[in-house]
Amino acid sequence: MNTAPPAAPAGTAAPTVNRILAQTRFETGTLLRNGEQLLVALILPAMALVGLAMSQSPSLGPGRRIDLAVPGVLALAVISTAFTGQAISTGFDRRYGVLRLLGVSPLGRGGLLIAKALAVLTIELLQSVVIGGLGLALGWHPQWMGLFAGVLIGLVGTWAFVGLALLLAGTLRAEGVLALANLIWILLLGLGGVIVPRTEMPAGLSHVAALLPSGALGDGLREASIHGRLAVIPLLVLVVWGTVATVLASRTFRWSD
Amino acid sequence: MTEAVTVRELTKRFGATTALQGMTWTAHHGQVTAVLGPNGAGKTTTIECAEGLQRPDSGELRVLGVDPWRAGADHRACVGVMLQDGGLPNATKPVRLLRHLAAFHQSPADVDALVGRLGIGAFSGTTIRRLSGGQKQRVALAAALVGSPEVAFLDEPTAGLDPHARLEVWDLVRETRDSGCAVIVTTHSFEEAQRLADHIVIVNRGRVVGQGSLADLTGERSLEDVYFSLTRESA
Repeated sequence: MNTAPPAAPAGTAAPTVNRILAQTRFETGTLLRNGEQLLVALILPAMALVGLAMSQSPSLGPGRRIDLAVPGVLALAVISTAFTGQAISTGFDRRYGVLRLLGVSPLGRGGLLIAKALAVLTIELLQSVVIGGLGLALGWHPQWMGLFAGVLIGLVGTWAFVGLALLLAGTLRAEGVLALANLIWILLLGLGGVIVPRTEMPAGLSHVAALLPSGALGDGLREASIHGRLAVIPLLVLVVWGTVATVLASRTFRWSD
Repeated sequence: MTEAVTVRELTKRFGATTALQGMTWTAHHGQVTAVLGPNGAGKTTTIECAEGLQRPDSGELRVLGVDPWRAGADHRACVGVMLQDGGLPNATKPVRLLRHLAAFHQSPADVDALVGRLGIGAFSGTTIRRLSGGQKQRVALAAALVGSPEVAFLDEPTAGLDPHARLEVWDLVRETRDSGCAVIVTTHSFEEAQRLADHIVIVNRGRVVGQGSLADLTGERSLEDVYFSLTRESA
């Protein structure tokens, strides 16, 4: 009963940057160790690219086929990582109390969010290197002056899709997140203007896809890599989706199941 | 005698349900405080408020002299947490997780020693998803202690453990206490409270119905007797 309190050492938490980088490494490492995730993030997009390059259908529109295929597959890779992968992993982390435990650890909620964003960007960088490298080997000739525009579109698209992922993961049950995130991924892949450009879609559907984050991301990446230009309207569409998703997610996100 | 945790007149409502109505107790450095009570009595809600996971509607809450709601990283580094549902990421292996959590601290506990003490080495090659309930329990306890905390909140730390593992956990909790840490344990086990606790808090329907040392609380009677009479009377 008379035990003196231990001397409280001021600042026993590791520095903020170290904590965030540790979590980024942990999340990235977890993803790269997971066979399914690796399949969705790298193997399937690479197979899709080879398949598109080797075949004549579906039509990707006028122009060199490989030049049209690579930006589409890059857009698909962004959607897989930033949306489907992030929604599912965050949904299950929430279900199993991982978000709560990390929230009360020195990392904290803010640190966890930053680390998740950095982990997504790390995986996307890896995807870009693999898919871009494979594309170059298959004869892709990008307009390098569009690199900055492409990176900007990719970053804003990532923001929009991570926001949408957190909107799902923070409100639905983990099984619901799993089902819906996969369903949306398939719908966007088939009808969202990702791989098949909107020019090859029926007019009505094409107008809808122009306003979807998937269509905007695909259009923006194609415009940057084929014409070397920043596509302003797709960028605005992505900014609107990013803003709406962020506001909604921050209001509705529940840290516990 | 300094208070590590002060809970005073805490109230918390969830919609129409009142979870806490004037919860008041304290926990001290170098002591094990056991919080006993029926399901729904407000044990976990109180602990979650003290961990900063929930915000009480009214009342005073201090952990190491700080309001835990939105407390900073250095405060969180001094507080160890073992959640009832574990909170362990499924896809990883125990030792990788513990080393990772240790990296959040300037001077963490010795991970290898914790792993050895809790027998985690025997299943260190298995992902958390495939561990048994008792194995997960031990990893969650190690996760709570990996930062050498000054206050540790352990929500039902021995639920589902076999008798050997339970003894090991009790020994580790006592050592943690002897190092000066304030250990707060919620439990349904009278045996656990009797053997482990320096201070026992019995809660029912969102408030404290009895607290003190085992001797203060029970006198000539058994803890079980006292518990049932206290939680029935006020029910």
